[in-house]
Amino acid sequence: MTLIAMRSPSDSPMGCDNRPVLRQRGQREVFCGLTSIVWLHRKMRDAFFLVVGSRTCAHLVQSAAGVMIFAEPRFATAIMDERDLAGLADANDELDRVVTRLLERRPDIKLLFLVGSCPSEVIKLDLARAAERLSQRFLPEVRVLNYSGSGIETTFTQGEDACLAALVPQMPSEPANAGKSLLVVGALADIVEDQFRRLFENLGISTVAFLPARAASDLPAVGPNTQYLLAQPCLGDTARALDARGAKRLSAPFPLGVEGTTEWLRAASIAWDVPSDRLVETVRGPQARARQALQRHRELLAEKSIFFFPDSQLEIPIARFLARELGMNVIEVGTPYLHQQHLSNEISYLPESVRLSEGQDVEMQLDRCRSSNPDIVVCGLGLANPLEAEGLTTKWSIELLFTPIQGYDQAADLAELFARPLVRRATLEV
Amino acid sequence: MQLTLWTYEGPPHVGAMRVATAMKGLHYVLHAPQGDTYADLLFTMIERRDQRPPVTYTTFQARDLGSDTAELFKTACQAAYDRFKPDAMIVGASCTAELIQDDPGGLALALNLPVPVVPLELPAYQKKENWGAAETFYRLARAFAGPRAPRPGTPRPARVSGTRPRCNLLGPTALGFRNRDDVAEIAKLLETIGVDVSVTAPMGATVDDLSRLGDADFNVVLYPEIAGVTAQWLERAFHQPSTKTVPLGVVATRAFIAEVASLAGIEVAAALSAIDTGRSRLPWYSRSVDSTYLTGKRVFIFGDATHALAAARIAHQEFGFAVVGLGTYSREFARDVREAAKAYGIEALITDDYLEVEAKVAELQPDLVLGTQMERHIAKRLGIPNAVISAPVHVQDFPARYAPQMGFEGANVIFDTWVHPLMMGLEEHLLAMFKGDFEFHESAAPSHLGHSANAQQAGLDRLDQAATAAMDHAGNNSVSWETDAEKELSKIPFFVRGKARRNTERYATERGLQLVTVETLYDAKAHFSR
Ligand code: SF4
Ligand code: SF4
Repeated sequence: MTLIAMRSPSDSPMGCDNRPVLRQRGQREVFCGLTSIVWLHRKMRDAFFLVVGSRTCAHLVQSAAGVMIFAEPRFATAIMDERDLAGLADANDELDRVVTRLLERRPDIKLLFLVGSCPSEVIKLDLARAAERLSQRFLPEVRVLNYSGSGIETTFTQGEDACLAALVPQMPSEPANAGKSLLVVGALADIVEDQFRRLFENLGISTVAFLPARAASDLPAVGPNTQYLLAQPCLGDTARALDARGAKRLSAPFPLGVEGTTEWLRAASIAWDVPSDRLVETVRGPQARARQALQRHRELLAEKSIFFFPDSQLEIPIARFLARELGMNVIEVGTPYLHQQHLSNEISYLPESVRLSEGQDVEMQLDRCRSSNPDIVVCGLGLANPLEAEGLTTKWSIELLFTPIQGYDQAADLAELFARPLVRRATLEV
Repeated sequence: MQLTLWTYEGPPHVGAMRVATAMKGLHYVLHAPQGDTYADLLFTMIERRDQRPPVTYTTFQARDLGSDTAELFKTACQAAYDRFKPDAMIVGASCTAELIQDDPGGLALALNLPVPVVPLELPAYQKKENWGAAETFYRLARAFAGPRAPRPGTPRPARVSGTRPRCNLLGPTALGFRNRDDVAEIAKLLETIGVDVSVTAPMGATVDDLSRLGDADFNVVLYPEIAGVTAQWLERAFHQPSTKTVPLGVVATRAFIAEVASLAGIEVAAALSAIDTGRSRLPWYSRSVDSTYLTGKRVFIFGDATHALAAARIAHQEFGFAVVGLGTYSREFARDVREAAKAYGIEALITDDYLEVEAKVAELQPDLVLGTQMERHIAKRLGIPNAVISAPVHVQDFPARYAPQMGFEGANVIFDTWVHPLMMGLEEHLLAMFKGDFEFHESAAPSHLGHSANAQQAGLDRLDQAATAAMDHAGNNSVSWETDAEKELSKIPFFVRGKARRNTERYATERGLQLVTVETLYDAKAHFSR
């Protein structure tokens, strides 16, 4: 069932780096975009995510959350049943009823996302219209927005992209006389956000905002004087929406590892005409600290080989970090979706020998993985234990999203995520 | 449309996966979008399986919808056969594929694969996981044992004399609560009383084993939620009777042995005496004086119907607890649970709404919660001792050690598991005596669970709030507390404080008192301790 389209450099559509990308079509073993609710709802503390879907969708979100019962979960599923399928008019009435009940229970909610799923899309339940209707009813207390996290449209972190893209039109316009402002785009752990804020301040870049903001109700302003840095590689639609508001993207690698973080900060520094010695001065301390912390892991990880199954779209920047800063030998980097333009910087940093693959036929990829016998495999939770049982050492990719990994002070933590399984394997005598 | 925070059961195709994963040589091709592959992790992570479930997902995308998802299904199905060479396949649709109506069954049959293909129709918008497992098992049994059924009206040939009676063990699946150990325990028990196990299914069964289901003399139904329908069909098709008693608890295990003996044509007394009843320590442990403190502990029970019903029976008959709440998410068995609840003088809670269960626990303030993973979290949050008795469960409920629930060893495990979270008898006593003492301070947790004291205190505050909220709701919160009375209340050990508060307020309300004083508190205590 597998179509192998090994693109030769000549028919690669774009990109500065014309290296071949392996594209196979078969079973994909990845989450759908609904999964990103698990971290988005922790980040935006006054937002609620209501999936409009099936029992499967509810079960997915709950399983991805590790059946972690939060004291106050800010997500739920409106599970459709037969009657909803029978008549769309009724489905809309039902949705209104569910939303009303929900908002009564949760007066603390300021922003409600209706999150579309495969079933809601296949039956063409118009959630954009529903969101408009409900907004009219509940504004000013609650704003209702919608986006799709469906598995037929989105993979895992693309759910974050769709969510943030839905927020962009809601951002206020910057005033006509606004000065230059920097917008950092992509969900980051609060601690990382604060570190970046301090670094930008030290660089003399003082007007800095983050999307998503901790309170969904204080969205930053945007306009032609806004320049933005992507903090996550999955944000194609969000970037497009920001461009449409007149904002300009600063092209940079992603802030993973010392090098990535420095280049990311450099992109902003250049745009803000920060003198280069000020940049050097600002990052000297954190850089040294990070390099020293990385050294310990480098001893263990250097020369070790690694194979990435596609999952979060973080694969390419992380592979770049592991190859260049820790001396790992990257065999294959799978990514569910390759945004050539946003990743061009990253790809050009990757060693030539790395095989890039986009999309997946999981069976064929498992064959390749086994035959290359890597020291460590990065994969999803469905594959990890079976591969361990075959004798391979694995790192669950979902942890890369639940752990603060960006920035200087997290570089060693990121390396540690890969070192730990190896240390463990070496320690165990059973 | 139902607002759902947490679900007790997944969609029906997850039930089918539990059957396929439990069996050998069966492969499941599921027409589904990519996100549905999450279900693999239930098996590989929660149950720590060392192999992927034998499932191929077609993972169609939006762009396939316009063109040919049916073709995609066929290629996936053929590729799955070519790669895994299973003995048989099941095929079906998940919720999304059900809407696009590709007819996986018809498509798979059209491929003319060299192995049997069993199509599944699992209506995702009506049914749930356990139903899906039961239906899948039934379809498989019919497909493989069906052709060997005697012509209707043919009586069952008598067992050849001199051979041991044989039964099937029906119902254990992947991801089931303690199924692995229950099967081992019950097989051992049957062996001891002289009964052989012919086929265990779905767990460990091949397609060939399924075709031999009709050979046994009778069926042992371990999990009615999963095997009930199949057992009924086997009864009709092969005249195989089946057991009705689920051997959970000492009393039920004895009854089970008696039932099996009569189905097997063995003497009941002989069967019972073949078993070393000393293997169950529960009866003595329960009678020993330390257990006196268990008397009348108020317990709330929620789970699948089989485990909830059994837990209620055990709690009442074998622990001397008071069952104050009983419920299930298995609507198919609602009637049985309602009846059982009536016997305890309570009304059953039949729901799959987690919020309703939470509200009920908060309102009842039981001393112990026995439930699923969900109730474990509810109880944890409210600071109430708890133990898990039923699926859905989490990784820690697949213990490394042998820990069945069924049979006599199962009763031992249950005794330990339920008593562990509670105070030890003497310890509870001392706490009551020295309530002001700094070491026995009010928020002390059971000494063997020492570290959780803070969590418990936090839980208590929440419990207090929840109780207040529940009472607000009931509209009987016209009573307020004097500061001194509130202070006195806080000196009462935490595990009875909720009860004291409730009783006092009830006492006050009944007497039309608006304000609870220290006197009211002790008046109420005297009143209720009569
Ligand atoms: S991680 Fe721990 S607390 Fe969370 S669901 Fe699993 S067992 Fe419960
Ligand atoms: S893939 Fe589609 S149907 Fe499956 S959980 Fe995700 S949104 Fe729901």
